[in-house]
Amino acid sequence: MRAETLLNACVLLALAAVPLWAWVADEPFTITLATRLAILALAGVGLNLALGLGGLVSLGHAVFFGIGGYAMGVLASHAQSYTPLTDWPVLIEGTKSMPVIWLVAMGASGLAALAIGALSLRTSGVYFIMITLAFGQMFYYFAISWPAYGGEDGLSIYVRNGFPGLNTLDPIQFFALCYAILALALWAMARLMRSAFGLALVAARQNAARVEAVGIAPYRLRLVAFVLSGMITGLAGALFADLNRFVSPVMFSWQTSGEIIVFVILGGVARLYGPVVGAAVFVLLEHFLGGLSEFWHIWLGAVLLGVVLFARGGIIGLVVGREVRRD
Amino acid sequence: MSLILFIEQMLNGLQFGVMLFLMAAGLTLIFGVMGLINLAHGSLYMIGAFAAAWVAGLTGSFVLALIAALAAAAAAGALVEVVVIRRLYARDHLDQVLATFALILMFSEGTRWVFGSFPLFLEIPPYLSGPVRLPGGIQYPLYRLAIIVAGLIVAAGLFALIARTRIGIQIRAGEADREMIGALGVNIAALYTVVFALGAALAGLAGALIGAIQSVQVGMGEPVLILAFVVIVIGGIGSIKGALVGALLVGLTDTMGRFLLPVAFAQVMAPAAATAVGSALASMAIYILMALVLIFRPRGLYGVA
Repeated sequence: MRAETLLNACVLLALAAVPLWAWVADEPFTITLATRLAILALAGVGLNLALGLGGLVSLGHAVFFGIGGYAMGVLASHAQSYTPLTDWPVLIEGTKSMPVIWLVAMGASGLAALAIGALSLRTSGVYFIMITLAFGQMFYYFAISWPAYGGEDGLSIYVRNGFPGLNTLDPIQFFALCYAILALALWAMARLMRSAFGLALVAARQNAARVEAVGIAPYRLRLVAFVLSGMITGLAGALFADLNRFVSPVMFSWQTSGEIIVFVILGGVARLYGPVVGAAVFVLLEHFLGGLSEFWHIWLGAVLLGVVLFARGGIIGLVVGREVRRD
Repeated sequence: MSLILFIEQMLNGLQFGVMLFLMAAGLTLIFGVMGLINLAHGSLYMIGAFAAAWVAGLTGSFVLALIAALAAAAAAGALVEVVVIRRLYARDHLDQVLATFALILMFSEGTRWVFGSFPLFLEIPPYLSGPVRLPGGIQYPLYRLAIIVAGLIVAAGLFALIARTRIGIQIRAGEADREMIGALGVNIAALYTVVFALGAALAGLAGALIGAIQSVQVGMGEPVLILAFVVIVIGGIGSIKGALVGALLVGLTDTMGRFLLPVAFAQVMAPAAATAVGSALASMAIYILMALVLIFRPRGLYGVA
């Protein structure tokens, strides 16, 4: 465990040091890359709660990522055009304030996770995978066919939303914001993993019957985990949309769900920093292989296949040399 | 709304359902026998379509194109099974999802590498093109009717294969108890390869048949794959009968939803709003159907409890 803690600290420091260096060296693109990494890692942290701790293989987390993105897109586009969302029964106006957008994003994705989770968790195993995938596709097609917010073309927001006291248009300040949120989420996850809830959740993954025998309902544990997981991924979606100042149905696509899973697995399932390392590897592969070849997804596929077949603890597992028990 | 239009749409739904059955049958067979969730099934569908379009472009023969689709998809399936999939049977579903997701990435980008990003086109052969006159004065495209017939023949053949032949007995025995049939002298590794190639061939056939209606392009397989997942969730995983019933239900619900919902909303709303709401709701109809089935039958219509 000590080696892993050291590795985690190095990862967190490096993620802060590289953009700071880029800021000094005036390389805004590197800062944007690091911001993207932090946001994708946050989405992975969300999924890791359901997938790593709870053993819930959700292939539909793009739903929450997309809902977060659209929460930002819808609110900001109404603020941008000075039209209210609705004036009946109460007047609801758009907003350009990040904290409000984040709350809406987390609330909306939490509600969606509650509905999807309540249905999907009635099943398990391969049914659960297929059903979450199908719900993801449902939101994807809904976003495409609903013309009010851009439909297939998506929505552009011209100016990044604001955060009190910060100039979010400055790359390093926006990075600092995303980094702080990621660090907060990691801290909360570390607390949660040691809490009674986290332990019960892990126990329910390992042996649901025994957990039930001591009087804890696995269904409710898993549902709470799924909702929390969806809320974190939704927050990441709102940040991601703000980073690009653009939302489109692609955020809902099944490829997005697949990529979020890839972050978690590349780094190492159920490891606190697994998603951070995984997202880092993904963003770096995308950046460097994408520069070498237009068809970099082939190599991403090969790396992924190699990790799944031969390095079952993910990259952290390779470095630290021990597998997290997964039964 | 005329009755003729209604029947036409029903036939379209039937055609869609039959195609979904070809995809779902392979998936459910592979899951039932090997316990494997195969996301790369959509890639085999794509390979079938590309092989058909390529061979049709070279030779001009639709029959040869279909044979090429079957052969290419079955060969790709067998190759993937031997090289990768075989190592995944003992793993959990998460590893299977990831490894087959990696396969999708490799197949999709590999195909883009070879054939480019532009869609290919597969022509409907002259003897199957044009409308046919059905009883009651309905004009319906002959090719779509041929797909329905071909799909139903394949379905009947598959049922016969599973119920009547020696390999069908082995497949059913493999579903029930894989160690026992191994002990009885059946070569399980070969049986698994055959089942996987059979499922792949069905997917390739579906891809080739649909390739003549839609364009043949990279990424065409995954939307169909996800619909096939919906089908087997509704029908019950591992059940071929469930796959058939589920496929027809999904095909009809989707097609009729797209046709009827905008019309229905137009009764109570302005036409433009009705089209928007109706089409948005229609795109969600099959998922709502799936949710309903799950509420009442969490293991699907024909799944074993």
